Amino acid sequence: MSFTIAASVDEALAALANGARPVAGGSDLVVGARHGKSPLPDAIVAIDRLAELASVDSIDGELRIGALATHAQLMDHPLVIAAATGLADACALVGSPSTRNVGTIGGNVMNSSPAMDTGAPLLVLGARVELRSATATRTVPIAELWTGPGRNIAATDELCTAIVVPSPPARSGSAYVRLEYRRAMEIAVVGAGASVSLDDDGTIGTIAVALTAVAPTIIAVTGLDHLIGGVIDESALASIATAAAAQSTPITDLRASDAYRRHCVGVMARRAVEAAHRRAAGEVISVPVNRAFGIGAAR
Amino acid sequence: MSDVNVTLHVNGVDYPVTIGYGRNLVSVLRTEIGLTGTKEGCDDCECGACMVLLDGQPINSCSYLAGQAQGRSITTVEGVMDGAELHPLQQNLLDAGGVQCGFCTPGMIISATALLARIPDPSEEEIRIGLSGNLCRCTGYTKIIEAVARTAAEAAATPSTLAP
Repeated sequence: MSFTIAASVDEALAALANGARPVAGGSDLVVGARHGKSPLPDAIVAIDRLAELASVDSIDGELRIGALATHAQLMDHPLVIAAATGLADACALVGSPSTRNVGTIGGNVMNSSPAMDTGAPLLVLGARVELRSATATRTVPIAELWTGPGRNIAATDELCTAIVVPSPPARSGSAYVRLEYRRAMEIAVVGAGASVSLDDDGTIGTIAVALTAVAPTIIAVTGLDHLIGGVIDESALASIATAAAAQSTPITDLRASDAYRRHCVGVMARRAVEAAHRRAAGEVISVPVNRAFGIGAAR
Repeated sequence: MSDVNVTLHVNGVDYPVTIGYGRNLVSVLRTEIGLTGTKEGCDDCECGACMVLLDGQPINSCSYLAGQAQGRSITTVEGVMDGAELHPLQQNLLDAGGVQCGFCTPGMIISATALLARIPDPSEEEIRIGLSGNLCRCTGYTKIIEAVARTAAEAAATPSTLAP
């Protein structure tokens, strides 16, 4: 059993190649271990001091988010709010100030929970995930990353080093909303992310919707192409809600029944699209949309 | 073999400790160093009773590996006081009736200290968000929020009182 603090990315990757598991903020790893969900790995390498993995930059028009960027850092980062507002919505909803201070986007994405908040906005924004090992670097579409609850395609010697969000088209907006029973330290009962871009005449140019906590992974809603060229009106929102509910395969657990989740994910999907559409049209809706729209617990 | 040597810098003092590699920070603070102001509540990163400042930012020490704190600056509730003098926030919590059983109080103080350092004149909503990771089962929060607001108002009148 060992614990080491990596002083460089190469050192971290070498440790992973030797079987160590990474820890950044610890809010999934340590909690999971202390509750017997999964024992603490025999060898742990702390990666939280690798400053080169913590920066948020605009590179060639794309938003490059270091894997160690924290939720606190991202929720009010000007580049994130400008190009990936839905991601800022999601980060602002995670846990509480103390968990947002340690929780990282890399950890959230690679923990691969179907209830993760950052997943749906990243999926609708077409994000890519950079995975590095001691010998290679690859970049995969986030749509191909998750394979099941807590599972993803990364090999054990690969470290998520960055998330890249492509430059959004002009006149576009994104949003993330979730059903919650309380305003902090909550896990999404269900949630939805949306991105919308508008053509010059104000009709829909592109639209994407993704759902949280209604399937073994975050899922994209398919079959929305018929909305392109049209407008976001009641009938469009109703068809989005219907598609979201129909494509969900939720479970029943302590927090909600499958039927309630299926109904509510439709409601969340239409609200996410509504917010994304209004942002695309130039309206400033403050982060997070949950507070701006009064979704969830009153206080 | 599974032990690690760590020096924890807590409230301005270095504490060298030899601990199991997977020990969480709250248990080391309480049982190795003897600073029992920090409480272990849910042990699930939910309740905020274990909150400490790590390099000035509040974190839940139940879900933070002690080894990761090597070389970082930790402030516990014991470090908030100025010698034998209560921090103005502590006094206001007492005066406002914001302390009942007291178990959440250390975490509340840590959260509120960090909040006031970042936002010296917080709105009620900002106070509620700042304390949203701290559960209190006694007070109903109102008196705690009052105490934080009162501390901010006093500090605005005499800016030096907020120095940590």
